[in-house]
This record gives sequence, C-alpha cells and structure tokens, in this order.
Amino acid sequence: MRTLAIFVLLGASIGLASPMASTQQLGTGPATLRRGIDIPVDIEPPRMPPVEVTDTSRQRSYPMQPPTIPHEIDNYQVDLKVNTCLSCHSRRQVERSQAPMVSVTHYQDRDGQFLAEVSPRRYFCTQCHVPQTDTEPGVANVFEDMDTIIRRQAERNQ
Amino acid sequence: MWDRFKYYWRLLNSPARHLSLGALTVGGFAMGIVFWGGFNTALEATNTEGFCVSCHEMSANTYQEMKPTVHFTNGSGVRATCPDCHVPHDWTHKIARKMQASKEVWGWLFGTINTPEKFEAHRLTMAQREWARLEANDSLECRNCHNFEYMDFTQQSPRAAEAHRRGLEEQGLTCIDCHKGIAHELPDMAGVEGW
Repeated sequence: MRTLAIFVLLGASIGLASPMASTQQLGTGPATLRRGIDIPVDIEPPRMPPVEVTDTSRQRSYPMQPPTIPHEIDNYQVDLKVNTCLSCHSRRQVERSQAPMVSVTHYQDRDGQFLAEVSPRRYFCTQCHVPQTDTEPGVANVFEDMDTIIRRQAERNQ
Repeated sequence: MWDRFKYYWRLLNSPARHLSLGALTVGGFAMGIVFWGGFNTALEATNTEGFCVSCHEMSANTYQEMKPTVHFTNGSGVRATCPDCHVPHDWTHKIARKMQASKEVWGWLFGTINTPEKFEAHRLTMAQREWARLEANDSLECRNCHNFEYMDFTQQSPRAAEAHRRGLEEQGLTCIDCHKGIAHELPDMAGVEGW
C-alpha cells in the first residue's frame, strides 16, 4: 500500500514538473508571471526565445484562425501615422512586395460594406496576428482541429 | 574712407619690403598647415554624434527613436552614428552637405522644430529631404557599409533574398525605396508614393 502511494506521488510530481519547466510555480505566492515568487525577491527571467523566420505560411488550426506571422516584426511601426505591415500587405503593395494581401474581410465595415482602405477596426495587426517563437508553450494546450475529431468519431463508429 | 581703402590696396598690392621670399614661402606654408588643419579639425568636430545630439531637437527626438533599432543596438556591437548615414563621406560632397546644413543652424536659431509638436509637423518635410538625397545618390550612405557586391543572398531569409533579387537586380530600386523608417519613426505616410 505504501509502495503504491509512493508511486502515485512520484507519478504526479513528474507529471506536474515535466510538461513545461519554464512556467512551473517556483514559490508559494500567487500564480502570476513571477511564478509565485514574492515581489521583493529578484528572479532570473527566462531567456527570450528567437522568433521563427520561415517565410512560408503555417497551417491554420481552424478556418477562421488569423494566420500567424512567419517573420520578425521588430520595430514595425503601427500607429496613427503609419502602418508598416501594410507597406507590404495592403492591396496596393502586394504586386511590388509579393506578400499575401490582407484578406478582403479587412476591407469591410461591420455591416459588410466594402471600403477603399483597411477598416479602422482591423488596423492594429498584432491584435490578431503574431509571430511565433521557438519555445515550449507557456500554457498547456489540448486543442484538436475538426478533422482529427471527425476522424476519431468515424473510427469509433466503425 | 576711400583713401583708407586705397592705402590698404597699395599695401597689399606692392612687394614685401623687409621680408625675404624664403620667409614668406616658409611662413605661408606653415600658416597654411595651421589654418587648413584648424579648418579640418573644426569640420570633423561638427561631424560627430556628440555634436548632433548636443541640440535637444536631435537628442530628444531622432536620437531616442534610433536607440531600439538595429543600427544602434545589435548582436555584434557595430553601430552607425548620425554622420555615417546623414553626411557623405568623401570630401567634396561632405562640404556641399555642410553648406546646406547652415540652413539647419538657422532653423535652430529660430526654433523651427524646438517642441515635439513642431518636430512632428516638420517630420514629413525633413524625411522627404533625406529620402530624396538617398534616392539621388543611389543610397550611397547605406552602401558605405551594405555593399551590394558582397551581399550573399543565400545567407538571407528566402523572403529577403527574393525581395533583394527582384528589387535591386530587376527593378533597379535603391535601398531607401523599401527601407524607409528603419532608424527613425516614420511621418504620416498618407499620400507618399508606395505607401
């Protein structure tokens, strides 16, 4: 009985510790980005992971997913004066840049009316589109896309 | 007044009475070195980042904007200073640019851009002036470091390599055509061609 308990505890501790070493709770304080360490205590922040620059589209997990950015966007200026993303991705610029044009939905207002320019509600690109880094996910994720779910359902029905 | 002018004219126009030709030659040569050296030292002193950011117009706006960019901080620690990009390196063009810069002294005297609001109002004009200069000299100040002949496209990301091949080789573009706003904030680009 005692052996079993030890095994259960051991298994639980491995299960908790292994999935993401960088985000585990280190102290006993609230579970914040400081990983539970008290505010007066200095902690060594995790290293900043490099941004993945593949320059090729990634698969989307579901059809409406905003595509992720396959390149660095350091110091890209997106403010009242200018949107540097659109200097390649806008309708006028894609011939020169050969970058994918922002989808037509960005040229519609919320009533579906088409506009000449990118709609103000779609102006701030990084609200939805983000670059990806080469690192462990900060939060565990069990997302499966529809294809996987349908396939499993079909296998179960056989 | 006229007599005085005639007196000095005669003094300068007549041969030296007490000085030998040798003293004049050697003295003139020595003074030439002193004056030329002094001129060049003063010129180079105005061609440093320290001189540029000694005015708050530059240190509070453009200098701060440059700090997070790759031309200020980067992995290798090689960085560009103001004159590296904004003043031609060869002597003739440098002098020409320095003469144009006298207008910037005028602007400083009268406080043309001495508040953030005024600076912002003039940002497009000032940026367009620099773009026009770099377009006219084929981005010479970029190419002083980024030499196209030694640029290995295979070491660039596929997107960058393709863009450089297409832009530089096929369309005959120059660096500044695409790389605007890499070291300072961009102005309101509404109406600027290609934006």
